[in-house]
Amino acid sequence: MFRLKRRFVQIAVIAIVAFAMLGAQTDQRARYTKLGHALMCECGCGQILLECNHVGCTVSDKMAKQLRSMLDRGDTDDQIKNAFVQEYGVVVLAAPTNKGFDRVAWIMPFVVFALGILAVVYVVRTWKSRQAVAAVIADAAPAEMDAMKRRAREETEV
Amino acid sequence: MPQIGSFTLLLALALSVYSLVAGIIAIERRNEVLGETARRAGIAVFVAVTSAAVALVVSAFRNDFSLAYILHHSNRDLPAPYKFAVLWSGQEGSLLFWSWLLATYGLVLRVRHKVDTRLVAQASVILSAIQVFFLALVNFAAHPFALVAGTIPPDGNGLNPLLQYPEMVIHPPMLYLGYVGMAVPFAFALAALIMRYPGEKWIHITRRWTMVGWAFLSCGIFLGAHWAYSVLGWGGYWGWDPVENASLLPWLTGTAFLHSVMMQEKRGMMKMWNMWLIFITFLLSIFGTFLTRSGIVSSVHAFAQSGIGPWFTTFMALIGATCIFFFVKNRDHLQSEHKLESLVSRESSFLFNNVLFLVSAFAVLWGTLFPILSEAVQGTKITVGPPFFNKVNVPIAMVLLFLTAVGPLLAWRKTSVDSLKKNFLVPSITSLFVLIVLTVEMKPWLDVANFYSVVAITLATLVAATIASEFYRGGRVISRKDGSNVLMGMVTLTRRNTRRYGGYVVHMGVVFCILGFAGIAFNQDTEKEMGYGDTMQLGRYTLVCKSYSQDSNPNFDSETAMIDVLRNGTFVETMYPARRVYKASQQPATIVANRSTMREDLYLVYTGVNPDTGRPIIKAHLNPLVWWIWAGAHILLIGTIIALFPNMQSATKLLSAKERAKSIAEVEKSGSVVGAGD
Repeated sequence: MFRLKRRFVQIAVIAIVAFAMLGAQTDQRARYTKLGHALMCECGCGQILLECNHVGCTVSDKMAKQLRSMLDRGDTDDQIKNAFVQEYGVVVLAAPTNKGFDRVAWIMPFVVFALGILAVVYVVRTWKSRQAVAAVIADAAPAEMDAMKRRAREETEV
Repeated sequence: MPQIGSFTLLLALALSVYSLVAGIIAIERRNEVLGETARRAGIAVFVAVTSAAVALVVSAFRNDFSLAYILHHSNRDLPAPYKFAVLWSGQEGSLLFWSWLLATYGLVLRVRHKVDTRLVAQASVILSAIQVFFLALVNFAAHPFALVAGTIPPDGNGLNPLLQYPEMVIHPPMLYLGYVGMAVPFAFALAALIMRYPGEKWIHITRRWTMVGWAFLSCGIFLGAHWAYSVLGWGGYWGWDPVENASLLPWLTGTAFLHSVMMQEKRGMMKMWNMWLIFITFLLSIFGTFLTRSGIVSSVHAFAQSGIGPWFTTFMALIGATCIFFFVKNRDHLQSEHKLESLVSRESSFLFNNVLFLVSAFAVLWGTLFPILSEAVQGTKITVGPPFFNKVNVPIAMVLLFLTAVGPLLAWRKTSVDSLKKNFLVPSITSLFVLIVLTVEMKPWLDVANFYSVVAITLATLVAATIASEFYRGGRVISRKDGSNVLMGMVTLTRRNTRRYGGYVVHMGVVFCILGFAGIAFNQDTEKEMGYGDTMQLGRYTLVCKSYSQDSNPNFDSETAMIDVLRNGTFVETMYPARRVYKASQQPATIVANRSTMREDLYLVYTGVNPDTGRPIIKAHLNPLVWWIWAGAHILLIGTIIALFPNMQSATKLLSAKERAKSIAEVEKSGSVVGAGD
């Protein structure tokens, strides 16, 4: 039994490592697409760099060339992003970073989500506890119970 | 025309003020005669605003460039259909259009006042107040009939080239019908709160009006997406632009309302929540209008920055204050009649559904406004673009999709474990099978987009399977009773409960759209300068440049490439991507060539010309499953129309008590919750 468990753990570890290795197989083209969608075109169109639709936009052409040359040079993703930020300012990044005040942008929706779910759970539990009291009262009043059953039937009719 | 337009606008404002003031006095003093004059003044507002709108369109057709608005948004060679579009293509005209749509909704409401005279009178007053704001705006802040100072130019600047597309003649009106349409449920809800309206009749009226507004808003959003896809030439349909987001916000809260309102109708619950959902939906509609016009955020859709921002902020503050005042005053009127019995029930699924819709709306609003907040706090403006919105909203959408599958099969009050097993067995097995196949085929661990695509398609299958099983089970029960086939049984079922089964059709439309969105993970594109005979490979397609040409007409100059498309070496068709330069505005625009099939779209863009060689540069996109999005949009609208139809008289009402009991027993035996409500 113990050997079986150990074998299972070994297989699981190998599978996780294999998945990670497969995930790491991103080629230059994929990086270009990924980074090109993480940067904004700075021609004023307010669009993603690789999606700028301005006919003959010289800014996006120049920026795309810069991106290609940085990738060819072997720069990392962070180095490329930093280089673009230095040249065009922080607005060149298509999404807030994970630093400083920018972090608030990412955290808030999930905080609201968590609070919303907690609120629903609280409301449901409160309502349920009140309902339990109401059920006791209903048991003591068969006429009311009959009326409720009739209403339930009406609400679930075809 | 300018004089007629200006006069009728002033007249409309005066009539609106009368309708508002006389309406309030009539309600206070219970004076029916005065109330009737207020109602008729409201109807007359429609006539006056229509006259002003017609005057502006006629001015466009007459090329009256003495009007600044016509000068800036039209020209002599603009094709006739686009002369109509001039009405909503600029700030002043679009505000006039807003007023006209509001007056039209007001007309319908006032003509149908016998539905409930008192409630309509109160709602009519609220609509008049909104109308006064918009008419004050067009009279004093953004006048569409303002005259040009100095010499009148011989020709106008022309309509924005991006707007010169057939869909653009329909998209803004649809969106505006949605935005303005939300004013009617708002007026009814606030009226009911002010009056402490007894019973639930107001909520029936409000729900129907909300569905109308929601349908128009959905239509406008999808038309906008299709327009962006067909015209903008970036190969996508949704860019999370602030103005796109502004249209999504009331749609999200409106959708939440359309779900939670069922709890009020069926169980007398969530009254306060529903009231606030309606208020927020309307406020977000106004906010969307404000966002487009104030210039506070940069957007490809935004009108020029203007001084009407403070007007809107004041108006929104007034609406908010009014809502809060009457809510605090009369909130005891909105106490729930019932409480929740079980976590595994339709009620709790609606609660979670509502939370998710609202969190999604919050995330969109937060992301849209965060650049302003960041600038205020840090002093630097940052960009919040598609990567943020996708990362935050896609997981929420996945959970919502799961609830879409599960929610309708849960019974009101409490769902038994047996019922859960019966209802979910087949859909779960189906979706599990799809999940296994997709995992093998799509390797979700390779990329996050692949992962989401696998999850989305699996959940979409679950939703489709639950809907199909619902229709089948219900159809089978009815067909056994009527002696008809199952298909006819399904039709009868739908006709007996249009809202419930129309809702399912809407959900099926969402499933189609999700399938379309899931295709993004497999998008491919490539770009190449193409001379005569040059080829380009994209997926299974080979593109061959046969020719390129230039053309000219009074409205624009154009350059077109002629591309032969071969699929696996076999000729399929010739496509013509083009580029235009509009003469009046000297603005260029791309004319996308798109070959759309159920499997994929081959989307060609003429991105420009190499100045050295004079040869066109063609960008090709291969976008899988996009067709399903537009098909889903059609299904969604069909479902909404079905849901708007009144129910056919229920057969059970005509049955004897014995037959009725038998019918219910059969349904219970089948394990279905058919007709368990909506």
